[in-house]
Amino acid sequence: MIEVDHIHKSFDDAHILKGVTTVFDTGKTNLIIGQSGSGKTVFLKCLLGLFSPEEGSICYDGKRYEQLTPKEQRNLRQEMGMVFQGSALFDGMTVEGNVMFPLEMFTKQSKSEMQDRVDLVLKRVNLIDAHHKYPSEISGGMQKRVAIARAIVMNPQYLFCDEPNSGLDPRTAIIIDNLIKEITEEFNITTVINTHDMNSVMEIGEKILFLKDGLKEWEGTKHEIFKTDNEAVTNFVYSSELFKKVRQMYIEERN
Amino acid sequence: MRYLSDIGSFAIMIVEVFKKPTKWRMMKTLILKEIDELIFGSLGIIIFISFFIGAVVTIQTALNLTNPIIPRNLIGFTTRQSVILEFAPTFVSIIMAGKVGSYITSSIGTMRVTEQIDALDVMGVNSLNYLVFPKIIAMLLYPFAIAISMYVGIFGGWIAGVLGGFLTSADFVEGLKLDFIPFHITYAFIKTLVFALIIATVPSFHGFYMKGGALEVGKASTTAFVWTSVVIVIANYVLTQLLLS
Repeated sequence: MIEVDHIHKSFDDAHILKGVTTVFDTGKTNLIIGQSGSGKTVFLKCLLGLFSPEEGSICYDGKRYEQLTPKEQRNLRQEMGMVFQGSALFDGMTVEGNVMFPLEMFTKQSKSEMQDRVDLVLKRVNLIDAHHKYPSEISGGMQKRVAIARAIVMNPQYLFCDEPNSGLDPRTAIIIDNLIKEITEEFNITTVINTHDMNSVMEIGEKILFLKDGLKEWEGTKHEIFKTDNEAVTNFVYSSELFKKVRQMYIEERN
Repeated sequence: MRYLSDIGSFAIMIVEVFKKPTKWRMMKTLILKEIDELIFGSLGIIIFISFFIGAVVTIQTALNLTNPIIPRNLIGFTTRQSVILEFAPTFVSIIMAGKVGSYITSSIGTMRVTEQIDALDVMGVNSLNYLVFPKIIAMLLYPFAIAISMYVGIFGGWIAGVLGGFLTSADFVEGLKLDFIPFHITYAFIKTLVFALIIATVPSFHGFYMKGGALEVGKASTTAFVWTSVVIVIANYVLTQLLLS
């Protein structure tokens, strides 16, 4: 569980986060949505510890990041997995090298133990024949799966994904969404996804946090988002005719 | 004010590079890879440039020493002094600021743009140590490349002088031995070592702290080359003043 309490973050004169408070539950896919410039990425980077909030606190299962010793902070980081928007795979390493990297860096496992673990996670993300290929030799969807495999290879407690569907075709996007949801439930981890993709909101949004101008505007589940009257949320989520109809059908079905 | 801030950031970067070292098992591989890329990958251009620079210095000296009173062996002497004191350490280092420096800036800058550095940070890896430290260690072998440059430069001078009919081989060799001061070699290698550290760190700084996209990577590479050359030239002046005067 990640508890965020009233965090503020500024860059020069720009006040980006203005006191966001929320809780991300374990075993659930938590989504952060909002328009461009609403502070989603800064919020995610604060959760990752890449930015330090000026005010407020972030607790990871009761552990407050700023109060930990450097060694404890490093240990906590090793409990975090991150899937970047552009996958952020290391160009000079093969798929296997990318996934094995955290194991080589932080564990004392033998080569065969690491190999077994890599094979297991690559199989879990349905990548069996790509071990020796370089990131430039595989598709965007496969790159995302490698990034997920790298993120979960250390058995993390927290998984963060920054727009995992960007640049993917709708079918692959659904596969990636479902994979993240399955992994979240299977390994009982706290997953936080930063997304623009409304399909993801409808499919896997067990908890949705809507940010607007650096503030929490709304939060709820994918079911509650159909019923909300919040104007900012409805303007953002139901901006397309398709989603307006989906919402209408959902409400009619419930009535 | 911005320059002062950059100098401060550079100093902080250097401190960070030596903190929280990466596992030796991985670092060893990274260092060997960088030696291959930065040193062995540059030998070809170093040898090519040094040979022709040595040749040109010899021809220029020969053509300017027209007074028959001046002994011909002075051509060999001038070639040796020019190549050892300046052309091999300084001129080649400025070429390397372009070749190696732009490679360092663009490779680290691309990692920044594609979030690979963020990925390292999120994992808890000291990205500066992981990326910059192996380059610094690899560049410690740079004096060996410059030693080859000195040898090839003088060899190029000998070939051009003798084949061009400007002096005999014996005159050239005699000139090479004339008034030889061993400290000049030490001075050249001290300079080279300082330039090596500059070539490893200044472009790394420009790559690591760059912001933006692909266009900015190109701009950062150009800026890195300019600043590396500027710092080399200033360091050259300071070291010469300190060590030779």
